[in-house]
Amino acid sequence: MLAFIGRRLLVAIPTILLISVFVFLLQQLLPGDPILAMAGEERDPATIEFLREKYGLNDPLPVQYFKWIGGVIQGDLGISLRTNQPVSELLLQKLPVTIQLAVMALIFAVVIGVPAGILSAVKKGTVVDYAANVVALSGLSIPNFWLGIMLILLVSVKWGLLPASGYTPPGEDLVRSITTMLMPAFVLGTALAATLMRHTRSAMLGVLKSDYVRTARAKGLYERRVILRHAFRNALVPIVTLTALLFGELVAGAVLTEQIFTIPGFGKLVVDAVFNRDYAVVQGIVLCTAVGFIVMNLLADAAYFALNPRLRKS
Amino acid sequence: MLRKLSLTAILLGATAVGAQAQDLRIALQSDADVLDPDQSRTFVGRIVYTALCDKLVDITPELDLIPQLATDWSWNDDQTELTMQLREGVTFHDGEPFNAEAVAYNINRSQTLEESRRKSEVASITGTEVTGEYEIKISLAQPDATLLAQFADRAGMMISPAAAEEAGADFGLNPVCSGPFAFDNRVAQDRIVLTKFDDYWNADEINFDSVTYLPIPDNTVRFANLQSGDVDIIDRLAATDLEQAESASDIEVASAVSLGYQGMTINVGNGDRADSPIGENPAVRQALSLAIDRNALNQVVFNGAFAPGNQSFPPNSPWYDQDHPIPERDVEAAKALLAEAGFEDGVTVEVQAPNSPVPQQVMQVVQAMAAEAGITIEITSKEFATMLQDQSAGDYMASQVGWSGRVDPDGNIHQFMTTGGGINDSGYSNPEVDELLNNARTTTDTAERKQYYDQARDILVEDLPIIYLYHQTWIWGLRDAVSGFTPYPDGMIRLEGVSLED
Repeated sequence: MLAFIGRRLLVAIPTILLISVFVFLLQQLLPGDPILAMAGEERDPATIEFLREKYGLNDPLPVQYFKWIGGVIQGDLGISLRTNQPVSELLLQKLPVTIQLAVMALIFAVVIGVPAGILSAVKKGTVVDYAANVVALSGLSIPNFWLGIMLILLVSVKWGLLPASGYTPPGEDLVRSITTMLMPAFVLGTALAATLMRHTRSAMLGVLKSDYVRTARAKGLYERRVILRHAFRNALVPIVTLTALLFGELVAGAVLTEQIFTIPGFGKLVVDAVFNRDYAVVQGIVLCTAVGFIVMNLLADAAYFALNPRLRKS
Repeated sequence: MLRKLSLTAILLGATAVGAQAQDLRIALQSDADVLDPDQSRTFVGRIVYTALCDKLVDITPELDLIPQLATDWSWNDDQTELTMQLREGVTFHDGEPFNAEAVAYNINRSQTLEESRRKSEVASITGTEVTGEYEIKISLAQPDATLLAQFADRAGMMISPAAAEEAGADFGLNPVCSGPFAFDNRVAQDRIVLTKFDDYWNADEINFDSVTYLPIPDNTVRFANLQSGDVDIIDRLAATDLEQAESASDIEVASAVSLGYQGMTINVGNGDRADSPIGENPAVRQALSLAIDRNALNQVVFNGAFAPGNQSFPPNSPWYDQDHPIPERDVEAAKALLAEAGFEDGVTVEVQAPNSPVPQQVMQVVQAMAAEAGITIEITSKEFATMLQDQSAGDYMASQVGWSGRVDPDGNIHQFMTTGGGINDSGYSNPEVDELLNNARTTTDTAERKQYYDQARDILVEDLPIIYLYHQTWIWGLRDAVSGFTPYPDGMIRLEGVSLED
């Protein structure tokens, strides 16, 4: 197993390098000059020339790339053109915010999606099933930004129950941190809940038809015990896999949700950085995300090994 | 019983904390850039500086210059030497004293720091001489009527020389100035927190222990934060939300016509793309201007909240030329002008506009109006940075763009209309206009300056390298608990005298 992980890590290095080259080139294709964007309304030519030189933008592309990747290897991701902050500091500042949002959204998704899926599988073909399907479809079809704004207007403005937007670090005020994140997590979670509900439903339907469920029923077990103990446990395997995969989708969905609720996380950072042509920040984020995905995949593979004895033997 | 007691204690404690530390929360439309007055360039950055960094001079809402860190000033006879008396007993946030040496250091930094964006603003200064602990003499190459107004903005903001020396170009990460509030912390895209500076020279006028600036770009969400009481003041309430804000019982609205303008910049001489009917013929530009009903535009897009305009200065400005009022829409006259110029069958104009809702709506309204006069407008949406780049490079026919405005009139016109001017994207060149605008820049007599600008306007309304459309109105939304707020045409949020009653 260690050999397997080692092999996977070796393969990951060229992947990450390829991604970094790809992102670097993609940025060059973006129209709009980063220096012009940061030179201010006056656009003084001398300042523009100086900044171009300072940030090495006059160098040929390969030189620019190797300078940057050289810095990355030494742990220096460069500095933000817009605020002069080191990119690594920005990333460390934003990462916990998005993780908090993603985890809370995932909780919403699981709490809503899984029971709804079980219920509609058990009550297949009844009103309950159709109702759950309608709710799931609406969760998928309602655009995030619309739902977000509506929630803000209703919950914050009209009822005054939750803060309208923004972010409070948990270390500063835990209760406020959670209440501020409730609406965005709900918005982000509902879409995933729908996906999760539909997959839970189909997994449960498959399992409910199997022999051991019939045996369990034949033994005279309570229906409740049959469903939760015998059926659901076995349906859980694909659900857990899906939930892990959904985590990637969560990070992508966070981009939009963070914009709506003005949450200073990864998603907002990348969108603003692209608009400001803050190259170093965009590159840093993409690199960080790519590494994150590779690590997640690696962990998932390692987990399969640990869980499934058949894989270990081969 | 015990539980009840402890609950009471907690509640009491909470109220006590609330009373002790009063925080003012201000929502801004975007996040500020680097917080170094010599390097920064964003409008919202200037709003933060209003609380963080004092300037040599300030302005009144009527745009008169008044003392701030300089208490008095005088010019020599040929207007090439400015002597300033400085406020005594002022200290920077790091405890360093403010004096003439500090002013000399700051002017030098604005001129020589390589990253400085202030160079052009203080270019006329040839040297400084410290003539006393609190007196400084500033020498100029030639008279510069704009200098004092520059000192009322970022070029006049005084930062601690000791802190600046130590931090160099990284000063913006931890700025040290002498304003009513000192820098506490910043989380990019989330907040900038300033805390009250106890040794501030005008501390009696300051009623908060801290100020928090929150960038909230979405207009609806920013307004929702005000409605829910999460913030106390919001920057740039959308014109479309004005009616709702005015009818809300717990929200006040304040407004002031801005110093800037919005219009259509026409490529008349910036590269090959100037070879178009509208670039080559002033008559076509005049026709387009005549085809536009500026009042209707203001009503349709901004619910009438903004100010229609046809010059570099808004109609309520002392610099506005009353001899050229906003033209009435006249489609027949526009058609006649086109026919005279040889375009009986109409012309086509490609206008690039930023890909955000407001500029798009503005251009759609203009498009509909122009069509009636036989001018076909093709709108090209571009992301703002791209649009600016194409505009600088001359790769455009016409551009819907504006200017945030400056206190001194020179800042709204000189660099756009003079040959080779820094932001003359239009490529306009007229020696007569050059001379008039240069004269206006070096004359300190207000009446005489006004004459030069009026004479330049006589030419510019014919040539129309920029067809001005409207002037934005700054609209602030305030919780009714906020009192003492004064709207300024520069869009700043000045905190002197502002208080919060909760």
